[in-house]
Amino acid sequence: MTTPTSTAPEIDATSVTEAPEAVGRSPGQLMWLRFRRDRTGVISAAIVIFFFLVAILAPVISMVYGKDPYTLYGQDRPGLLNDFGYAMAPNGGISSEFWFGIEPNLGRDVFMQLVYGIRTSLLIAVVATILTTLIGIVVGIIAGYAGGKTDFFIGRIIDLMLSFPQVLFIIAFTPVVDQLLVPSNEETPVWLRAVTLTILLTVFGWAGLARLLRGQVLSMREREFVEAAKVTGASPARIVFKELLPNLWTPILIQSTLLLPALVTAEAALSFLGVGMGEQVPDWGRMFLRATQVYQNDITYLIFPGVALLIFVIAFNLLGDSVRDAFDPKIKR
Amino acid sequence: MLRFLTRRVIGAAVILVIISGVTFFLFFVIPADPARLACGKVCPPETLAQARHNLGLDQPVVVQFVSWLGGIFFGRNYEGLGTCPAPCLGYSFVNRAPVFETIIDRLPVTIALTIGASVIFLTFGVATGILAALRQGKPLDKIASISSLVGASMQIYFVGTLAMYFFVYQAHIFPQPKYIPITQDPLGWFGGLLLPWIVLAIIFTANYTRMTRSTMVENLAEDYVRTARAKGMSGRSVVLRFALRGTLTPIITIFGVDLGQLIGGAIITETTFGLQGIGRLSVRAVDNSDLPTLMATVLVAAGAIVVMNIVVDALYAVIDPRVRLS
Repeated sequence: MTTPTSTAPEIDATSVTEAPEAVGRSPGQLMWLRFRRDRTGVISAAIVIFFFLVAILAPVISMVYGKDPYTLYGQDRPGLLNDFGYAMAPNGGISSEFWFGIEPNLGRDVFMQLVYGIRTSLLIAVVATILTTLIGIVVGIIAGYAGGKTDFFIGRIIDLMLSFPQVLFIIAFTPVVDQLLVPSNEETPVWLRAVTLTILLTVFGWAGLARLLRGQVLSMREREFVEAAKVTGASPARIVFKELLPNLWTPILIQSTLLLPALVTAEAALSFLGVGMGEQVPDWGRMFLRATQVYQNDITYLIFPGVALLIFVIAFNLLGDSVRDAFDPKIKR
Repeated sequence: MLRFLTRRVIGAAVILVIISGVTFFLFFVIPADPARLACGKVCPPETLAQARHNLGLDQPVVVQFVSWLGGIFFGRNYEGLGTCPAPCLGYSFVNRAPVFETIIDRLPVTIALTIGASVIFLTFGVATGILAALRQGKPLDKIASISSLVGASMQIYFVGTLAMYFFVYQAHIFPQPKYIPITQDPLGWFGGLLLPWIVLAIIFTANYTRMTRSTMVENLAEDYVRTARAKGMSGRSVVLRFALRGTLTPIITIFGVDLGQLIGGAIITETTFGLQGIGRLSVRAVDNSDLPTLMATVLVAAGAIVVMNIVVDALYAVIDPRVRLS
């Protein structure tokens, strides 16, 4: 093995644990203070919270707006879609009634599709992020702390996972799952597809975080505070949870804030490639798939999910940067 | 060096065999009737029987996998279909051709796409990164960091399609993206791939700008750079010969990863622009349940990643003499 330069920020454990005693603030308070002073961070956090609120409050928004994401308005009401299935009104049928226009062919409301679509994307991404992070933490700490053969074995598995062509494997494997679990004359249930995607994203996601944390634990294992704990007779569990884990929260938090938007876009990309949600569930990725089929006639249907996703990802990436700065002000970017 | 390479190549071979094995097991063993899948939707009984025999389904899984592996080195003979000379990656019932031929046919598209885009994003990303580092806090630095943030957050299926709409169909600035062999028409080759190159580059440049800038800022503060300056070396030499050298390692790391991913099949890019490369081939193989082709594309993609990892590690030692290969 060579010594690859880690692209991850170097974490200095002392900077997190040793708050200046005179002030008497916990590391969490210090982080919060620094974060509040960071205007970009606060704004991006507000945008991220806004997206989550929209997802949670989707039914309320639907009630106020007076439409739902399932009704085929364009097909039910004449005068909205032309013979080719495209909105008659200019700009994809944007009007005071249909704020973001009407979906081509099926004639559903684009605004509602977008609002409910966040739910699907965020739910899958959040669950996958939590699972990925948990597995990454457990495997990373075990490999780093146990060392020896365990470390070597886990290291090879991580190598293997990172060498898998992930996107290709997921789009290839999802139909196999359907074939196995769903009778051929039935359509794949929505929950099954969501579970499949979440699991597959997790299976291919944990290795990166595990490798990062393994390195962190490895460098900490020989430090004095761990030795001191060992000398005082602390159990391995105590050393892992009380000594090591508190020093790992920074990289864990930073990595998971970066992971979530990556998973949202991954889910959208998979839907775009045809292994996303079925027609019955609003989903951003499927909107992209449909939009890329009709964009020559109706570009607005592409722009709304595209811009929404772009804002979400930018806000989340900015938030990740700000969280990193707040936790570890020494890092220069 | 030689020992390092031998060990890594063996390690890579093991990884590739495992990945092929996992793929083989999942796709050849789990579905109810792989022969029917291999045969296609409209499948007369005699073709089905032949497909079953040719896939060796009457044999145990391990034997099937070993004969598939063996085919890569020694070739195979498919009765009724003809021979499949080494390296034989299987025979596609959908394309009615040995898979290897199809791969060789599609590979130039993906390679041309990858190399063209890499040239743009590497030069552009590193150049803007250096400039931003030299002008820390100045307007140029801010513009570079904002645009790289936006660039890194963009998705090919969105930006690519948007670019197609405005530049191909509305303004007619670019021709419809397509692949023309360079030997046939160099200008057409260039024009047909220019838009995909630019879009890929917009998204990939960001990473290189950020990485170059941050490592460059660190390196410029190093003692050896200050010493070089103090000796009266010109600013250009200091930056290009001393500081830049230190930034090459992280750049090569991410470049290796990107290159491996792209050669293995820029699935989304090729789908967005309708380019018939390895990525598109793999998606078609999934759609058609064309298992032999799918196996081969998985192998090519994993191979690209694994090979690039070795190349990157070997390059570390070349760039940075402090790195010891052990």
